[in-house]
Amino acid sequence: MAFDQQARTSDVLLHQGRLKRVLGSCLSWLYLACIYGFIFLPVAVLVLFSFQDGRLPVPPFNGFSLQWYEAVFADRKLTAALANSFLVATTSSVVACTLGFLAAYALARYKLPGSALQRGLLIAPMTVSYLIIALGLLAVLNTFGIRLSLWTVGIGHVVINLPLCFAVIYASMGDHHINIERAARDLGASDFKVMTLVTAPMLMPSIMAAFFLSVTFSWDEFIIAFLLSRFDVTLPVEIWSMLRSGLNPKTNAIGSLVFLVSVAVLLVLELALFGRSRKS
Amino acid sequence: MTTATLEQSERRKAWALVAPALLWTVAFFVIPFLYMAAMSLWSRQGRDILRVWNLDNYARFFSESALLRGLTNSLEITLTVTVLSVLLAYPLAWIIAERVPKRWQRMALILAILPFWTSYVVRSYSWLLLLSKGGVINQALLGIGLISEPLEIASNRTATVIGFVHFFVMLLTLTIYSNLIQLSPNYRRAAADLGANAFQTFWHVILPLTLPGVMTGAFLTFVLCIGDYITPQILGGNNELVLPQIIMLQIGRRADFPMAAALSIILMLAVTAAYVLCARWLKIERA
Repeated sequence: MAFDQQARTSDVLLHQGRLKRVLGSCLSWLYLACIYGFIFLPVAVLVLFSFQDGRLPVPPFNGFSLQWYEAVFADRKLTAALANSFLVATTSSVVACTLGFLAAYALARYKLPGSALQRGLLIAPMTVSYLIIALGLLAVLNTFGIRLSLWTVGIGHVVINLPLCFAVIYASMGDHHINIERAARDLGASDFKVMTLVTAPMLMPSIMAAFFLSVTFSWDEFIIAFLLSRFDVTLPVEIWSMLRSGLNPKTNAIGSLVFLVSVAVLLVLELALFGRSRKS
Repeated sequence: MTTATLEQSERRKAWALVAPALLWTVAFFVIPFLYMAAMSLWSRQGRDILRVWNLDNYARFFSESALLRGLTNSLEITLTVTVLSVLLAYPLAWIIAERVPKRWQRMALILAILPFWTSYVVRSYSWLLLLSKGGVINQALLGIGLISEPLEIASNRTATVIGFVHFFVMLLTLTIYSNLIQLSPNYRRAAADLGANAFQTFWHVILPLTLPGVMTGAFLTFVLCIGDYITPQILGGNNELVLPQIIMLQIGRRADFPMAAALSIILMLAVTAAYVLCARWLKIERA
């Protein structure tokens, strides 16, 4: 009797538990659907109306046309900005990665006085808004009468990316590499050779990660590029000046292009990294 | 060679390696920053800068309501955005970590942050497509007859907040998810063994354990949000200016560099205050 009742209550409990779980997972999927909708809505609208056959990227959708993509490729200023962005992003990232690697190597392998302070100093720009970094640089450049150009934008981008590159590479400099470096040194390699032929290849994954992160940030950075450039501008600044003409399907087209290219690069990186992690 | 001289030459080598990075940071970050801090104590006269030390800019900031409103607008918007983003991102990260099958989690996460890869300027612009008077949302609501006049949802604070939340939900989902999957399942098992139900387990065990990660993400959101110029400028219009917009006005139209410098210092102080307030929860990785 008592046993029977117990069995029945546990049965009810089990049933309730299952009901709760089903309800819970229904709610989960509903939430997931809603939030993915929220996340994707703007991008979907952006891409859809880049194909608009008309002058306004708002409903109604008049039909499919590639005219705005043609307009993008015909726009000299836009293609020049694209090239400028590429140049600034790669150059500033190479500089940031090189300086970051050298500093990380020195601080991880040698005992230097005040090394905690040095690390702090190298990381410091990360904690300051880009706007403030840009304003400071602008004030100094103005005072010295240095003209604004893509070079000054590049200098600014190294300032914001150096902390990142340093931190990523420094974090991956484990002590387990020391023995391999020592072995190389015992076999007669010079310090320079050890650094370039032993340490750098061992750290290549994190150096590449730092490089691509840095390229991404520089590529998309607006405020430094806006304040520190004059005639030659980067892509975000050029898009910014296109916005002054209001809603325009051409802006949709360039935005969609940037999106598709980034996603393609991301996929390639993901597949490459995934492939490597499976092998090892 | 004695050990002393060996050590000396080693040390010289190390300095040579670290010097370029240090010099770059000092020349293009520390000096400009100090110069700007000094400039905030000077004043403008016409188009020239008068190098007389005073606190006029800061006094003006606290006496001119238009400037002070910039700070309060910034703080209000940033806090709203930070809280909303955490509230929306946490369940998403939790569902991905707990409910989505393991092999689909990576895909779900990549999808959740995919729009991250559009250009930042374009992302704000695409919200304009949705929110403007003739935009998708208004047209849809008009179409199904819910409203008869287009709503004014662009060019105000709501639009700024929506644009920001969209960006930071993606960022926070990433940080919170990486926190959740690092938790050992043993915590959950132990809590269940001790008789805690799912909610109790979450509230007393999972949430406190992920709090440092959440706070780090929230702090990052705060810093990036309060310093951003683009989103409020594109989506917020010109009615309720935030601090970065006012700073840009100073160096643009008014050519008042000292005032812009003072406002930047105030912006930095706001970030520092936020850091001090949540420092004890912050888990900033130290190598």
